[in-house]
Amino acid sequence: MPGSSYRPPPPAAEPGDPSSSPGVTVPHAGSRSRSISPPGLDSLALCCSITQQQQQLASRLLGLPAGADMAALSSTPSLGRLLAAVKNASLHSRWQAVSSSSARYSTVQDPQEKTFDKILIANRGEIACRVMKTCRMMGIQTVAVHSDVDASAVHVKMADEAVCVGPAPTNKSYLNMDAIMEAVRSTGAQAVHPGYGFLSENKEFARRLAADGVAFIGPDTHAIQAMGDKIESKLIAKAAKVNTIPGFDGVVETVEEAVKIAQDIGYPVMIKASAGGGGKGMRIAWNEEETREGFRFSTQEAASSFGDSRLLIEKFIDNPRHIEIQVLADKHGNALWLNERECSIQRRNQKVVEEAPSTFLDAATRRAMGEQAVQLAQAVQYSSAGTVEFLVDSSKNFYFLEMNTRLQVEHPITECITGLDLVQQMIRVAKGYPLLHKQEDIPINGWAIESRVYAEDPYKSFGLPSIGRLSQYQEPVNLSNVRVDSGIHEGSDISIYYDPMISKLVTYGSSRAEALAKMEDALDNYVIRGVTHNIPLLREIITHPRFVSGDITTNFLPEVYPDGFKGHQLTAGGQKELVASAAALHIAAQLRSQTFLGNQRVSNSSQERRRWDLCVELGKERHPVVVLRSGHTYTVEVGGDRLEVSGEWDLASPLLPLKINDTHRILQCLSRTATGEVCLQYLGTSFKVRVMSLLAAELSSFMPEKVPEDTSSILRSPMPGAVVAVSVKPGDTVAEGQEICVIEAMKMQNSMTAAKTGKVKSVHCKAGETVGEGDLLVELE
Amino acid sequence: MAAFTVARSSCSLLTGLRSSLRGLARVKHGVVALQRQQQQQIQRQQQQHCRRYAVVTHLSVQERIDQKRREALVGGGQHRIDAQHRKGKLTARERIKLLLDPDSFVEYDMFVEHRCADFGMEQDRNKFPGDSVVTGQGRINGRLVYVFSQDFTVFGGSLSGAHAQKICKVMDQAMMVGAPVIGLNDSGGARIQEGVESLAGYADIFLRNVLASGVVPQISLIMGPCAGGAVYSPALTDFTFMVKDTSYLFITGPDVVKSVTNEDVTQEELGGAKTHTAVSGVAHCAFENDVDALLNLRDFFNFLPLSNQDAAPVMESHDPSDRLVPAMDTIVPFESTKAYDMLDIIHGIVDEKKFFEIMPSYAKNIVVGFARMNGRTVGIVGNQPKVASGCLDINSSVKGARFVRFCDAFNIPIITFVDVPGFLPGTAQEYGGIIRHGAKLLFAFAEATVPKITIITRKAYGGAYDVMSSKHLRGDVNYAWPSAEVAVMGAKGAVQIIFRGKENQAEAEAEYVEKFANPFPAAVRGFVDDIIEPATTRKRICRDLEVLASKKQVNPWKKHANIPL
Repeated sequence: MPGSSYRPPPPAAEPGDPSSSPGVTVPHAGSRSRSISPPGLDSLALCCSITQQQQQLASRLLGLPAGADMAALSSTPSLGRLLAAVKNASLHSRWQAVSSSSARYSTVQDPQEKTFDKILIANRGEIACRVMKTCRMMGIQTVAVHSDVDASAVHVKMADEAVCVGPAPTNKSYLNMDAIMEAVRSTGAQAVHPGYGFLSENKEFARRLAADGVAFIGPDTHAIQAMGDKIESKLIAKAAKVNTIPGFDGVVETVEEAVKIAQDIGYPVMIKASAGGGGKGMRIAWNEEETREGFRFSTQEAASSFGDSRLLIEKFIDNPRHIEIQVLADKHGNALWLNERECSIQRRNQKVVEEAPSTFLDAATRRAMGEQAVQLAQAVQYSSAGTVEFLVDSSKNFYFLEMNTRLQVEHPITECITGLDLVQQMIRVAKGYPLLHKQEDIPINGWAIESRVYAEDPYKSFGLPSIGRLSQYQEPVNLSNVRVDSGIHEGSDISIYYDPMISKLVTYGSSRAEALAKMEDALDNYVIRGVTHNIPLLREIITHPRFVSGDITTNFLPEVYPDGFKGHQLTAGGQKELVASAAALHIAAQLRSQTFLGNQRVSNSSQERRRWDLCVELGKERHPVVVLRSGHTYTVEVGGDRLEVSGEWDLASPLLPLKINDTHRILQCLSRTATGEVCLQYLGTSFKVRVMSLLAAELSSFMPEKVPEDTSSILRSPMPGAVVAVSVKPGDTVAEGQEICVIEAMKMQNSMTAAKTGKVKSVHCKAGETVGEGDLLVELE
Repeated sequence: MAAFTVARSSCSLLTGLRSSLRGLARVKHGVVALQRQQQQQIQRQQQQHCRRYAVVTHLSVQERIDQKRREALVGGGQHRIDAQHRKGKLTARERIKLLLDPDSFVEYDMFVEHRCADFGMEQDRNKFPGDSVVTGQGRINGRLVYVFSQDFTVFGGSLSGAHAQKICKVMDQAMMVGAPVIGLNDSGGARIQEGVESLAGYADIFLRNVLASGVVPQISLIMGPCAGGAVYSPALTDFTFMVKDTSYLFITGPDVVKSVTNEDVTQEELGGAKTHTAVSGVAHCAFENDVDALLNLRDFFNFLPLSNQDAAPVMESHDPSDRLVPAMDTIVPFESTKAYDMLDIIHGIVDEKKFFEIMPSYAKNIVVGFARMNGRTVGIVGNQPKVASGCLDINSSVKGARFVRFCDAFNIPIITFVDVPGFLPGTAQEYGGIIRHGAKLLFAFAEATVPKITIITRKAYGGAYDVMSSKHLRGDVNYAWPSAEVAVMGAKGAVQIIFRGKENQAEAEAEYVEKFANPFPAAVRGFVDDIIEPATTRKRICRDLEVLASKKQVNPWKKHANIPL
């Protein structure tokens, strides 16, 4: 093991500057260029530049200090190469690199290995930026495509060229093959990276590109076709001796057929569109009625999203874990498994938190899963990066779910633990180069966790989309071991047209605990204003005892929050911390509002106060509080306890770093009004606190309560979206729970139901209309 | 008081007797029966023992002072206070206590009583020390302010001669000292029993409102009814704020309206906070309740200088003055027909996103309000593309003009964000006198001598371009964003006129866009000083304000200008 006794300072190196490091490992941290690469990485870049092999080594070296279980490392050939590397490269620098242990992935560009001159990225948002980042490192020109509303998006600015491919709706722009093909032709791009979603698993698109002699950075058409169809993929998987889920594979044409199939399989069953990727459009039916409903929705969604109304009905496995294997294959029959990703934390079958490796797998299961995944890949002559998804039951039996023939959203965590740049590998493979790595070269270095930060309201069924303008936005990229992949910046609009993902927040550590602690820190330091976001939920998940212990299933969220997510539940201690922080902040603001600069014609009679008696309202409770000040430190007496709160009290900063009784906490001040209302984000959740003088508190009791609007008789849109169908008209009598209309937002159809039995008074929407959050849809009498 | 002093110092029987007679005479005017009983008891004691008398009188005066003070503090009595609370309203004194810094209130005229002798008003039970208003001075965040707070628990807060006299006293002193006046209005109207005396009182206040206008800031907070002639005092002040659901402003109440015009209207509809903040434009802002209103007023007060002799206040700010605002680079949409929210620009640029908007619900096509730049109070005027494309119409012109004039009167620099497609056309506007009203805004900007900084974010078309603090109206620093289009009108309309009846309109339009739909025509002529990167706007404004702080500009001498009212 490289010792830690001697750690000389790293040599200076310009990250990402090709002149200073020709053909060199260039560290890549976050998809945004302002993210910080620790110096150790740069030194790594220099010292390991000589050969590819040494680079592989270096990425493995990163795992060493953690002392993690390192199957690959213990193997003799790699040890031999380690020694070679030690001989050839600067020891000091490498040791520094080792001690920093901050690599996420590294892009190695061998100048001899020419790939493409220009790549068009047929996608938007973070994944487009992510791909461009690697292209840039590899010296490849990039072409962005965009819809008209995306004209000033980050991915457009980042690209060397940009082509508008149509108006906002995806089927007219990002799914518009004709326009994208034209963009490829007009810009002379030699290859197309499709990212994920959109055209990434569209065999027709791959075929058309091939016909034009343009490389598709992904698998061949036949593999996309074979794996893109859920039914066919299962048959192939079975044939390749991959464990498959017991169930029925077949095309379902009518409701009655669906019901019959479901009954044959036995409830519960899962219904989804055959052509659909990910969890979108996946519905679970526990009885006949739900089967009918699921069939209806899935058919509609399949038709509207994929233009292919075929469905798939399968046995639904209870309490499963979703664990997937990243595979990487070339066009020469070589295939690798790059370990697993655990993606069990899902809501509505969409992933929320992912980690690599999984806490659940032992080496044997991992190997078995990996080998089956590779078998499947080889069975379809797969090339490029792909993901084989498995459901794993509590006895570590695993069943093939589907194969995603594209770069996965959560690929960064695999990059973190393996040190590979998957996009780079995809580009190399697309050009026809063989893989550089052997299976035993693939390490598990430390632990990586990804939180998907979404613009959505986690208090509504774990996340309903929200839209808006990011009035303030600050990523926690100044923290070490944090990677943020995003395609937006301050001022960006989150619109109803596209996925509401804000970013992928990835943290990395030598152990899971370290990565989790870093994730807490990163979430607390993440500033998002202007849209509702799911950070409250993310922070609760990653600190929940069940998650921390690794006891998770895909039903984690409904099991842990059976009545829906309600935000962080304050403990008595937490309550006091929050009250004390709010009181101290209020006083700091009060004191500043008495500070007038310059000469005053009429002198100010400032009061020198050291003690304040306050009343702090949190929820419905009122807490009498005494605040004593000395410099920047406030001693707050609340509920018989004394809390010392100190900080910089920068009232302009969105972050409020405080020291509360020797505990460091990052709070965020979301708003502060003249009437003493303070909205603080504390442990991820925002809390409304009202700080009042005793007089104001006493007088407030005389103030009348304003009666809020009776919401049971009116139906408002819970999110922005398009009205797909309205099933009632004025005068109709509706029963409680009856469907009133369907709103589609972000490709999800949501059924709006009546909150009470009554007669419809008026309908304020019609099918095809776009509605905003809170818009009145239907009024009942 | 002199008489009592003499009585205290003297032991002679004669003096004592004279004093006792005086005491007797005063008893007539005593307010409470209890007090009279007390006095009579004292007299009996006097007759019994002369020597002891002097000592008793001494106590009695002190006691009477205390008694009066105690009485003054409860206004119309506990049951009326309870009634006030039941209505969700605070008492006059509670309001003052909450508005001012703790223990800073200095009360004037606590012993003043009304002088009406008709309709039984002379009776003791109808006399209240201090009458129906509490007046004095105090501090808000350490800064001096004069306050009057009408007491609804005393004769419904009605205005007597004495009441008016008390208000005039604090206003006179406020003007002498140079400190703002805040009026907390909660009054049923004139004291009918006093007749013309009450009307005279109103006029006395009006006169002072007018004389103080532009000398010290005057703020009215309507916290209850304010009807009839009384409404003109708030109307004359600089800012009128209201409390939702409990305050009303109208010339005549619903009953009179019904009898005269046969209209059925509720108090709330006729003159509630919603009506006046959204429809009539009489009030500048409305708050949820008394507590909310008073605490917000404290916050608002910090934006204002104490008088026209003072510069705009500068407060400690934590927001770096050279902060770049990258979000500004993408805020203006590419399509010039697409709206955006001017408030996003304002919030992005000002200190700590803090903007106190004036008249947020009225004439929303123009945004006005106070904010700070590097700690210094500034007035902000901006066209709002989100509402009616940000055009200027009658209401928005008047709203803007009044705000600009306030800023100019009180040395508050004006920052103007321009995205204006022109004046709103149509018969409604022409018949309503848009020419006259639009001229007010033009007048206000032209006349203003405070530092004026203008940023053209997008459209600056036609006469509206001139009006919106253009270089030609003595704008000190005029910037254009790259998205700015300074032109007589939009390309389409212009081409239709220039190339009327000609073919190739589309081509001509493209040429016009190329020529005029950008900041260059204005920039090459020096009508804008620079074309700036939007992200640097805050930095530049802060720097310019620093330089312009010493700006001196004087309009020609005149008795007063003749703004087209």
